[in-house]
Amino acid sequence: MGNEKLDQLYRSVIMDHYKTPRNKGVLESSNVTIDMNNPTCGDVIHLTLQVENDIVKDAKFEGEGCSISMASASMMTQLIKGKNTEDAVNAAHAFSDMMLGKDIDDSMDFGDIEALTGVAKFPARIKCATLPWKAMEKGIASDSE
Amino acid sequence: MLNKDIRNDFPILDQEVNGYPLVYLDSAATSQKPRQVIEALSNYYQNDNANVHRGVHTLGNRATEGYEGARETVRKFLNASSTEEIVFTRGTTTALNLIAQSYGRANIGEGDEILITYMEHHSNIIPWQQLAKATGAVLKYIDLEEDGTLSLEKVSDAMTDRTKIVSIMYVSNVLGTMNPIKEITEIAHAHNAIMVVDAAQAAPHLKLDVQDLDCDFLAFSGHKLCGPTGIGALYGKKALLNEMEPVEFGGEMIDFVGLYDSSWKELPWKFEGGTPIIAGAIGMAAAIDYIESIGLDNIEKHEHELVAYAMEQMKTVEGLEIYGPRDSSKRAGIVTFNLDGVHPHDLATVLDMNGVAVRAGHHCCQPLMKWLDVSATARASFYLYNTKEDVDRLVEGLRMAKEYFQ
Repeated sequence: MGNEKLDQLYRSVIMDHYKTPRNKGVLESSNVTIDMNNPTCGDVIHLTLQVENDIVKDAKFEGEGCSISMASASMMTQLIKGKNTEDAVNAAHAFSDMMLGKDIDDSMDFGDIEALTGVAKFPARIKCATLPWKAMEKGIASDSE
Repeated sequence: MLNKDIRNDFPILDQEVNGYPLVYLDSAATSQKPRQVIEALSNYYQNDNANVHRGVHTLGNRATEGYEGARETVRKFLNASSTEEIVFTRGTTTALNLIAQSYGRANIGEGDEILITYMEHHSNIIPWQQLAKATGAVLKYIDLEEDGTLSLEKVSDAMTDRTKIVSIMYVSNVLGTMNPIKEITEIAHAHNAIMVVDAAQAAPHLKLDVQDLDCDFLAFSGHKLCGPTGIGALYGKKALLNEMEPVEFGGEMIDFVGLYDSSWKELPWKFEGGTPIIAGAIGMAAAIDYIESIGLDNIEKHEHELVAYAMEQMKTVEGLEIYGPRDSSKRAGIVTFNLDGVHPHDLATVLDMNGVAVRAGHHCCQPLMKWLDVSATARASFYLYNTKEDVDRLVEGLRMAKEYFQ
């Protein structure tokens, strides 16, 4: 059966983040809280951030969703911790481009996240991967208001 | 079981998806279309296309005959007593909105109660929420039994002197439950409430008889019963429809137009503002002719056998939970499930990679998902063209998904 194509989507690093998510939970010390859902499929994410002087000091997520959305949330929180908010938002934009199959800026060091490039070939699953990033972007925008 | 040659009527089934022969198990979302329906649509556009109810010319007459002939086909299909009681709509959603906006606004007041259940589709929830908000009425939910069925006792208990509308789906698009509509209608009428039936999932699979059910309104969609998208019908008792105001105004629905006031056509046309869905109605009539040529009783029997087989086979997959009635004879051709350790979206992707199409998500039933205490589920739904081999391919895919995600 179609294992080869599945392997392009479910890379081992994705499955690792899905099964042992990083930064899972709720931040007690958060000053930014975002709830977002994907109305077409029921995925939900509860993201808590601690932002100080435009630096994302800490990030945690809770949620219900498929392997792609939860692994993406795990990787996203890992990436933005310690980054300034502008870089975090730029990363969200670069991630969107990646999902659209566009080439992304070489200076962007995505690490594990590059494993999600395969999602671009599964149009029905792109929104799963982008949900946590959209939540983060919305949270940072609300904090800077 | 129905003859497998039926599959030859559906050209779309003869293809490979991701390298495997297509197994289409998403008919509860929308059914596939037989050649007979595709040809009726193409014949209308190639030979008869014109606007209806106005042309003196020959094509105008043919289009009108086709469109009004389709109304007669729907009347017979529902066993309504008159074509005046058949309003063409865009589908079930539009029909239910029409009832809420027209009948509802005129007859519901503050403190009145509208009764629905936890298993309803969003299209049979939100029109009533909006009506309740606009009028100060109260929207109440009847609780379900543990196996996802509806007890008449709980329906009776939920009724009060203030209950004005009871609106319930005939067949659940998630649980497959077939609700005792005739008995519920009796209860509603005993309390002077009107009975609205969402028959979107029933019309493709069961013989409907609005006179026997005695319901006041009934809505269904063409695309779920082998017809085109964008067409459906509302049945309403003539006395009620006569009293109701249209909700869409413009061409086609008027009798006389003055500068500051206008009057409406007779039933059913006063509810069909604008150029109607002519090709859609003709296509839906062809679909009704098609499923009636196979026989609704035969289709229902076929689906019961498939569901019984599917439930038996699916139970052999470790960690698989099926929602809704355990007794397969109590459900229509729908099996909704979850596989332990595999999210339904991942499951649907794995199955798709093996050519098997299922639905994953909340199925437009968020309150029911909450009642089931799940965020999402996977659903396999069957129709007249499905076979036991399709079930085998599904089960094979489930085992593979289980293994893959271990």
